[in-house]
Amino acid sequence: MSVEHVALDRDGGILRIVLRGSWRRGTDTPSPAGVDAALASGVARVTFDTRELADWDTRLVSYVRTALRACEARNIPADRSALPAGVQQLLALAAAVPEKKTAVEARPAPLLARVGDRALAAVASVRSFSAFLGEVLIALGRLLTGRARFPTRDFLLITQDCGARALPIVALVSLLVGLILAFMGAIQLRTFGAQIFVADLVAIGMTHDMGAIMVGIIMAGRTGAAFAAQLGTMTVNEEIDALRTMAISPIEYLVLPRMLALVLMMPLLSLYGIVLGIVGGMLVGIGPLGLGVRQYLDHSISPLSFPMLAGGLFKGCVYGAIVACAGCMQGMRCGRSAEAVGGATTSAVVLSIVFIILACGMLTVVYDVLGI
Amino acid sequence: MATAPVASASAQIAVRDLTMAYGSFVVQRNLGFEIRQGEVFVIMGDSGCGKSTLLRHMIGLQPPASGDVLSSGRSLWHAEPDEREAMMRRFGVLYQSGALWSSLTLAENVSLPMQQFTDLSPAEMRDLVALKLALVGLAGFEDFYPSEISGGMCKRAGLARAMALDPEVLFFDEPSAGLDPLSSRRLDDLILELRQSLGTTFVVVTHELASIFTIGDRAVFLDAEARTQVALGDPRQLRDSSDNPKVRAFLQRGKP
Repeated sequence: MSVEHVALDRDGGILRIVLRGSWRRGTDTPSPAGVDAALASGVARVTFDTRELADWDTRLVSYVRTALRACEARNIPADRSALPAGVQQLLALAAAVPEKKTAVEARPAPLLARVGDRALAAVASVRSFSAFLGEVLIALGRLLTGRARFPTRDFLLITQDCGARALPIVALVSLLVGLILAFMGAIQLRTFGAQIFVADLVAIGMTHDMGAIMVGIIMAGRTGAAFAAQLGTMTVNEEIDALRTMAISPIEYLVLPRMLALVLMMPLLSLYGIVLGIVGGMLVGIGPLGLGVRQYLDHSISPLSFPMLAGGLFKGCVYGAIVACAGCMQGMRCGRSAEAVGGATTSAVVLSIVFIILACGMLTVVYDVLGI
Repeated sequence: MATAPVASASAQIAVRDLTMAYGSFVVQRNLGFEIRQGEVFVIMGDSGCGKSTLLRHMIGLQPPASGDVLSSGRSLWHAEPDEREAMMRRFGVLYQSGALWSSLTLAENVSLPMQQFTDLSPAEMRDLVALKLALVGLAGFEDFYPSEISGGMCKRAGLARAMALDPEVLFFDEPSAGLDPLSSRRLDDLILELRQSLGTTFVVVTHELASIFTIGDRAVFLDAEARTQVALGDPRQLRDSSDNPKVRAFLQRGKP
């Protein structure tokens, strides 16, 4: 059984809106567009008839409200007295606070303005990065002169988290990278009968670049993202503001321990990664290539020099600083919503990886000039 | 499994012998009361006594250690998951700080449940969203994001979202916390209006005395030390003649 929920009766200049039946959720109620159409043709007054109305919820209120607004827009008086008391109450309540008129903002900006906005944003982000770096350096200076509030216990916990706890994943990835390097080298070197140089290749490759780079990328995903998410959530919860109001610098208290921990742990992790990479290469060397363990180790160690190893580990330090800096900066600059925390985490990882590769390129050129 | 006991016909929500615990730590035990259709029921008690935890049990977020919650006579916690979801859909909840989805505008926040569970046309949905926002005094704020409005406004928008599906029962967790006195008063008025015009049942967790006496039909008092309910009834009567001195002190703001 379906009832026509609305009938529009015209009686001269009077439009009578007859509301019938059940107006609850789940029933198919009509759209108020019909009322507006009916008002177009010389209506002087609108009345309601709700004698056959059964039960209702806010759908009816919404319908009546839209109809009344259409009347208002055309300056046609409407008589609400026949509406149920509840509907009248809710209508009055909805009208109690005047509607906020928001400025029209749509209309996409012209190309020139967008290019300009982007350029200004880029300048602002460079400035904001410099400011952050400056704050960190000042905090570091205060720490070195013993004036900073440095949370030693937190520092040790963070060191444990980004040092010891990262060993398994670093081991797995480095081992496999060493293995892959060895296989790639073996394919070419075997054609010359020079498979023993696979050992040199893996040792130099891991020490020079791959060890630190792989650890850097692992730490960007593992620890840099965690820093950004943690500091970002603290920003959302106003925990950073709470530190500031107590005159505790969040840079000294939160950022510095994280940066120091990562900068100290990265070379150690890189060293660990280099050793595991050489082991991975050795698995290929003594397995498919049939080299002796002793022979392989000799060829792994002989091409390495102290400057080369130190250069590789220094790269680790630099990547650690990049990852910690990107993570902490994005976290501290985070907006105040769940979405902003997600954005901060994403950009921390992306920035870390991009800058790790850039730094790797630059350091390689510098090392080449220095003859390391 | 025990069959659900039959509740009296007018009980919208019934709490039966409920024990709430986190692991082996019992928060409250032996809770039992009925909430009648169309009444404003207040859950009160001092901080940390488990008011919000009780609310979480009643709206189906946290399973009880023992006992049950009945909704219109049907067990919430012995029901199949689908059935429970259907029951939960008849509830609207206003969380302490609004809990708006921060990546959606206010209009999208309010219309999300409508999109999921009704077949309203986009135009009708827009009108309905505008009405709900107007009812909480946020007309014209449709396109704002939660981060662009104040905490009190977020809370009111949270109420508009809780009312999106015209729920039979509206649960409020500390509705007046963080609201200015006028907004708080308006919220009380809104509760009374909605109750009168739509017959909605309200369950309100609060310790705002003014609000308790203005809107509360009946109230339950949870005691953190006794770990159970120590008073149940009309808050005005409890204030004047409860046999528990703690309840009287609470409702009289510590004055004798």
